[in-house]
Amino acid sequence: MTKSATLTVKDGKIRSSINALLKDLLDKQVVEAILVPLAHPAGNNVVQGLVTNPEYAEQADVFAPVMPVNTGRIIQAMTRLTPANKKTAVVMRPCELRALVELVKLRQAQLDNLYLIGIDCPGAYSVSDYVKFAAEKTSDDFLKAAWNGKEDPMLRAACQVCEYPVPLMTDLTVGLVGQDLGKGLVLLASTEKGKELLEGLGLTAEEDSQAATQRQTAVDQLLDKMKGIREKFFERTKEEIGGIDKLAAVFGPCIKCQNCRVACPVCYCRECFFISPTFELEAEKYLGAAEKKGAMRMPTDTLLFHLTRMTHMAASCIGCGACEEACPNDIPLLKIFQLTGTNVQKLFDYIPGRSLEDELPPTAFKEEELEWIGEK
Amino acid sequence: MAEGSNGFEPKIIGFLCNWCTASAADLAGTTRAQYPPNLHPIRVMCSGTVDPVYLIKSLLSGADAVMVGGCHPGDCHYVSGNYKARRRMAMLQNIFESLGLDANRIWTRWISASEGPEFAAAVREITEETKKQGPNPLSADWAL
Repeated sequence: MTKSATLTVKDGKIRSSINALLKDLLDKQVVEAILVPLAHPAGNNVVQGLVTNPEYAEQADVFAPVMPVNTGRIIQAMTRLTPANKKTAVVMRPCELRALVELVKLRQAQLDNLYLIGIDCPGAYSVSDYVKFAAEKTSDDFLKAAWNGKEDPMLRAACQVCEYPVPLMTDLTVGLVGQDLGKGLVLLASTEKGKELLEGLGLTAEEDSQAATQRQTAVDQLLDKMKGIREKFFERTKEEIGGIDKLAAVFGPCIKCQNCRVACPVCYCRECFFISPTFELEAEKYLGAAEKKGAMRMPTDTLLFHLTRMTHMAASCIGCGACEEACPNDIPLLKIFQLTGTNVQKLFDYIPGRSLEDELPPTAFKEEELEWIGEK
Repeated sequence: MAEGSNGFEPKIIGFLCNWCTASAADLAGTTRAQYPPNLHPIRVMCSGTVDPVYLIKSLLSGADAVMVGGCHPGDCHYVSGNYKARRRMAMLQNIFESLGLDANRIWTRWISASEGPEFAAAVREITEETKKQGPNPLSADWAL
């Protein structure tokens, strides 16, 4: 049963109210470390920082609209070899949490000793847009504007069509949706670990609070709205990229740098097939292959790379848009990978990042399914 | 050899399971079953070993169709390889459909070692269908 508590926003200042709470977590030794977005001292970025000294919690900026790296990747780097040996809270956006859940299922990360704090996410800008934004405005300005319901064209493409702007699997949720941000946020503990955090902070947790009910109603409406937006987005995308000619044009600017693969949180292979010796060929092989078509694009296998990546990770694509952010030539990767990913996920009735119990589609099977395969 | 009306002879790459479909191909040969020579067979130990990258690479490098041949569901020599292959084939076809590419150039057939005539029939069917579809535009494009 979910329990909730109120986080009072003092003087309308959301960032400092949350930071006081984070500082409390360390001061009261509820946890020993927190992985949280910290304002870079230069003021031009907000990056994940692993904080052990409570003083640094004051530099946290959880709702700053920027996500330079999907935090799922960071936790993979931290816990792939051994789980955290100290109680560590991690503050993450919904898509980062979903990436983490997929990575755990792929045996690339471990949740032991981690306290997952998910935030209701109003979205993020690209890093370069955030630099411009941060020169003039704060995350509190952003939140207030985001919550008056106006469209924000500067949001990353991924955020504009986000399927789940609220956490699916988390210990504690920092709930904004349906709340009066000038006054308070709702903290929802859905697991024992989440309740442990609330208790450690000395907050009174109650069941079925008015704030929690209000949030749920607003979340349902929000998810419904996003569903409608996504349906139109997919229709548009099919029109824009469908068919070999349009697809070839989309990948025309690709330089096969593979940044998209490196940035993708669920593309986890330590040794990617595409940087393996399979693609280190003798000159005669290149020349022979070129002779077949009369001309051959170099570097080779551009579309093969993207299509193969799709078949490998479509089922786990959580739509965070890290691929698109990493592309130096603005290829609209998010829309392509979300279109194919969502359809593959529908095929297997799978929602990536929802639960540790849902089996990864490529590793599982049912005896009775997909009967048309083999018959056409 | 019967040619298509336009003289187009499709090239089909088949990834055939050692225990079932590849044996069926042998049987088709030893029993002199007639089927077109368009299928280029590659024997694999299990349909479950076929990563979609082989199929995509084939389609981008000159194949007009690809086929994966495995044991009937439930009969896998390695218990569940063909079930996993079935999911992968469904995924690959689904992705091709989403992108508006020719998903119907991707074939799967479950043919057991004793089904020589069925193997010959499958090759006939795939060859005829691919002839109707014409050359694969993916394999002709130099810039992909």
